[in-house]
Amino acid sequence: MTLLWIITGVTLLASLVADRRKTRGAVAKGLRIFLSIAPLLCGVLALVSLVLSAITPEMLRQVLSGSGSLPFFTALGIGSIALIPGFIAYPLAGLLRQNGASTPVLAAFITSLMMVGVVTLPVEAKFFGWKVAFLRNGLALAGTLVVAAAMAWVLA
Amino acid sequence: MNDFWRTLRVVGKTWPWLLMTAVAAFWGYGRFGGDFAFGLRAGENLCDFLIEMASVLPAMFLLVGLFEVWVPRDVVEQHTGQRAGAAPAVAWMVLLATVQAGPLYGAFPVAISLWRKGCAPRNVFIYLGAFSAMKIPMLTFEIAFLGWSFSLARTLITLPVFITIGFVMERMLPVAYSPPGIASQLQVGNRVQA
Repeated sequence: MTLLWIITGVTLLASLVADRRKTRGAVAKGLRIFLSIAPLLCGVLALVSLVLSAITPEMLRQVLSGSGSLPFFTALGIGSIALIPGFIAYPLAGLLRQNGASTPVLAAFITSLMMVGVVTLPVEAKFFGWKVAFLRNGLALAGTLVVAAAMAWVLA
Repeated sequence: MNDFWRTLRVVGKTWPWLLMTAVAAFWGYGRFGGDFAFGLRAGENLCDFLIEMASVLPAMFLLVGLFEVWVPRDVVEQHTGQRAGAAPAVAWMVLLATVQAGPLYGAFPVAISLWRKGCAPRNVFIYLGAFSAMKIPMLTFEIAFLGWSFSLARTLITLPVFITIGFVMERMLPVAYSPPGIASQLQVGNRVQA
């Protein structure tokens, strides 16, 4: 996050030095895209925060611990739907493993969490169109299955 | 019946704000009213999300704006376009993705911008894949909580998977598919730049 801001700051400064007018255009454009997406994003985030508060870490621990197909598909489902930031997801995954969650369950949870985003579909569709959004998420879900299977095989 | 449709249209336009207000009200009730842990949690979650969004997105959008104005189309096309070599293009996409941070939705405007500047669709989706699955700051986090073997195996297995997804996506899309989103803003930029 800090790195991102350093890069942005340096680039912005360089741009300002090089051409004030172009820089103003760039900032205006960035702002315009941000404002056009912000309302939708706020709505999605509000929805996710409601869903997430209905699912407690305690519930996840009970459902996802252990191996077998039920925890696996639950992990896949929750991972696909939810939008959990990495700094919460990884500690949670570590906790799940301590409680006996298997490698495929953890791989499915982490990978689908990162690559599949059902709740952010409207945002994705606004940028790419619904068809692309559905295709990408469908393929990412299939890809998650491949990753989980390969992880189980490699780390067996 | 007319009223019904009118209400529906208003709700369709204002639902993000209605939801935000609802979460704020839940939080307020949990905090000051009665015993309502659900509402408290929802409010705290939303607060975390908004902080995450505010700490990353402005930088991403500034970068997109600067990229739009400064980086010429030929450069993007040469390194990541249809005629660019597969391996260097993938390396560019991964490199670009790993220095960024934040949730996947922050990568969408960057991806669209790349696409409109002549980046091949497969590489756009490889960028999204790399952004979601192999960011270096997140990797250190993963190693800390899940260990070296898990993190390394997951990263190495995910790489070919999202490269494959990129190629499959490109095959499945019409040849001249142009993403609709936020198009007007970006199109103006291309014209100014040319």
